[in-house]
Amino acid sequence: MKRRLWHFHGGLRLPGHKAESMQEPIQTATLPERLTIPLQQHIGEPAEPVVEVGQRVLKGQMLARASEYISVPVHASTSGTIAAIEDRPIPHPSGLQAPCIVLDSDGQDEWIEHAPINDYTELESSALRNVIREAGIVGLGGAGFPAFIKLNPGPRNVVDTLILNGAECEPYITCDAMLMQEQPRKIIDGLLIMKHALQARRCIIALEDNKRNAHTLLVNALHEHESEFIEIIQIPTIYPTGGEKQLIKVLTGKEVPSHGLPLDIHMVCHNVGTAAAIADAIHEGKPLITRYVTVTGDAIGQPCNLEVRIGTPFEALLEQCGWRDDRNDEIIMGGPLMGFTVDNPAVPVIKTTNCILSWPTTKEQQTPMPCIRCGECARVCPAQLLPQQLYWYARAKNFDRVQDFNLFDCIECGCCAYVCPSHIPLVQYYRFAKTEIWAQERDKKKADQARERHEFRQQRIERKKQEEEERKRRKKEMLKKSQGDETGGEDSKKAAIEAAMARAKARRGEKNSPSGDKEDA
Amino acid sequence: MNLSLHSSPHMKTDNRVNRIMLAVIFALIPGILACIHFFGWGVLINISLAIITAMAAEALMLRLRKRPIKPFLLDGSALVTAILLGVAIPSLAPWWIPVLGAAFALIIAKHLYGGLGYNPFNPAMVGYAMLLIAFPREMTLWLTPELHDLTFLDNLRYTFLEQLPANWTLDGLTAATPLDAVKTQLAQNLTLTEIHQGSTELFGMISAHGWEWINLLFMLGGLVLIYMRVISWHIPLAMLTTLFLVSGLFHLNDPDAFTSPLFHLFSGATMLGAFFIATDPVTAAATNRGRIIFGIGIGLLLYIIRTWGGYPDAVAFAVLLMNMAVPTIDYYTRPRVFGESRD
Repeated sequence: MKRRLWHFHGGLRLPGHKAESMQEPIQTATLPERLTIPLQQHIGEPAEPVVEVGQRVLKGQMLARASEYISVPVHASTSGTIAAIEDRPIPHPSGLQAPCIVLDSDGQDEWIEHAPINDYTELESSALRNVIREAGIVGLGGAGFPAFIKLNPGPRNVVDTLILNGAECEPYITCDAMLMQEQPRKIIDGLLIMKHALQARRCIIALEDNKRNAHTLLVNALHEHESEFIEIIQIPTIYPTGGEKQLIKVLTGKEVPSHGLPLDIHMVCHNVGTAAAIADAIHEGKPLITRYVTVTGDAIGQPCNLEVRIGTPFEALLEQCGWRDDRNDEIIMGGPLMGFTVDNPAVPVIKTTNCILSWPTTKEQQTPMPCIRCGECARVCPAQLLPQQLYWYARAKNFDRVQDFNLFDCIECGCCAYVCPSHIPLVQYYRFAKTEIWAQERDKKKADQARERHEFRQQRIERKKQEEEERKRRKKEMLKKSQGDETGGEDSKKAAIEAAMARAKARRGEKNSPSGDKEDA
Repeated sequence: MNLSLHSSPHMKTDNRVNRIMLAVIFALIPGILACIHFFGWGVLINISLAIITAMAAEALMLRLRKRPIKPFLLDGSALVTAILLGVAIPSLAPWWIPVLGAAFALIIAKHLYGGLGYNPFNPAMVGYAMLLIAFPREMTLWLTPELHDLTFLDNLRYTFLEQLPANWTLDGLTAATPLDAVKTQLAQNLTLTEIHQGSTELFGMISAHGWEWINLLFMLGGLVLIYMRVISWHIPLAMLTTLFLVSGLFHLNDPDAFTSPLFHLFSGATMLGAFFIATDPVTAAATNRGRIIFGIGIGLLLYIIRTWGGYPDAVAFAVLLMNMAVPTIDYYTRPRVFGESRD
């Protein structure tokens, strides 16, 4: 069946470099001696450790629990002993360290008892979401937003279409393609669970037309009775068609509102890997402790896809794939367009590590030339922005203007910087502007808080002063009153004296008439 | 452990500014060859003088501004400016005309505004306009196409010594350009039919003699640039369509007083302007809608100045006037951002 598809503006047709890492089936990465499991592997708040140093843990055991709403737990990827809970280097663009749980493997890989759910359709949506949350599942496509939140449309929203994103549009990355080839049934199972949680009307599994094998296998795995509400759609291979907003546009012709969410147009989008992880959590009771990782690039001897335990150091995987271990190489986590370089090959694989790319560092970092306003960047921008204007204002630190030109609609896909003939690192300028604006907002918030505090203090001082005055006034009044009482007291004294005198007179009168007394007696 | 760190994307095209400029220069070659064919070696001499001056001026200004000299000298932009200016100058010009023009273009119009990417006006056209206003006599001495056989040395001697071979006179060699001639004669209340009959040597198959070939070959080079995606089609198409429609309208209304659209399209600097001058990215509008408005504006101004203005050809002035409007055009033609409502 030919289905109508739409286009998004711009985009790039890039050399795919996908075949290199798809020669071999998925293998399991060797169990490393030591795993480093960061407490924060997702967007939101870090998890809180529930284990102690020296404690023995089993594979799948919860190591840290969710602390806030936007947070998920992390689990032990193998059995062993907790060696440390401390700051370690993690894969992050900042290159900073972050709290991690260090787990020494005992080599036995002993599972904790797991409790699959027999019939998830009997569960309430909220209970289902809780199971998914407790399994530590985040979006495996790259951003790592806790999956259970995206399965909660809220009471008033109706989900029309649930889209499973198999469009792995960046060059070199193939972990989703391999997953779709190897576990098509599991992906569909996960999709059914998601559909139940969201009460979605229909589902789409979208993948690009360069993944023919995956498409055939998915179609085969789809049972007759399910195909009524699940469609598998092939879309043109144009970068960044795997971006949520771009994918929705291609599939439905609708645009997610600027600053909005897919839910605003009754859609929810999840990655295929997330679906598989959810199927594992529900049907087998397994938390998210492994994921597929593509290890590829010119510096890799045998590019391939591995099933990797979360916490495995990059260098262990690189070694397994025949990395030539040249310090002139660069290591990128993620794809060549949106990934970031890491400076330390010992950083661990986290839940969002889809690809480890290594190639020789380009010797001459070409010096950027001035912008010649050729407009290529605007031609390829999938968000329909004017990248050269954004660059201009970001460079001038004109943060108001840069927001007028919709900086925050930039998805940092890198198309503009890719085509720029002046080789200006455009995305870097946008990140800089975004961070500065966030920092300014934080400062403003702080300043507002400080001002509020100051005003509150002023008020308190004022109030105290008033209270003091009030107290003084009252005291004065009281004093006045008591003085008034004293004058009144003189009157009463007089009266008392008079009364006493009267009584004395009367007594004297009695003495003067003793007869009366006798009469009384 | 310190591996190298830098910001994404980690892949880039091998497209460079100097490649764009190089493509433009290659696309100019057929038109330049036609110019040499019709106007002699002087064209080449002018271009060479302009290039030497432009490179020297560029290097000097980069040095004064404490900028790296090599990357900017090799970016090709000064070269393109020099070639465009050289082509626009009459072939029989004294040496100081291209030298002065190129120096003015590079120093005043480019570097005083901040160099590559920062100049609001097309430097070549600023240089040309300055020469045209300051030295109108030298700038209007066009050789009659093909009707001479000045050798390279003859031309060189004129360029540097302003000496012509014996029994040649400047008046005998030069003539007004077709645009100029038609304009002057129309002003003398001649009809176009009379002009055609009176000076047949001016006209070729579809337009002006000689100029039509030059324009055709510049158009060819321009189409190659569009095909190679070095320039976008918006500005040339908008400009040429506007010129065609407006001139067509006046011509249909009064064929004896207004020249035909084809005459306008294929004479003077129309095609050079449409494909190589108006499309200079630095000074043109940046959005597609903006480019169309920019092109329409140039087409309109070109016709107005040619027909009623003081100069027979007006590409330079039309482009410079529209350069002024670019910031405003860009401001009002911002595209709708993805996800913004359509109204």
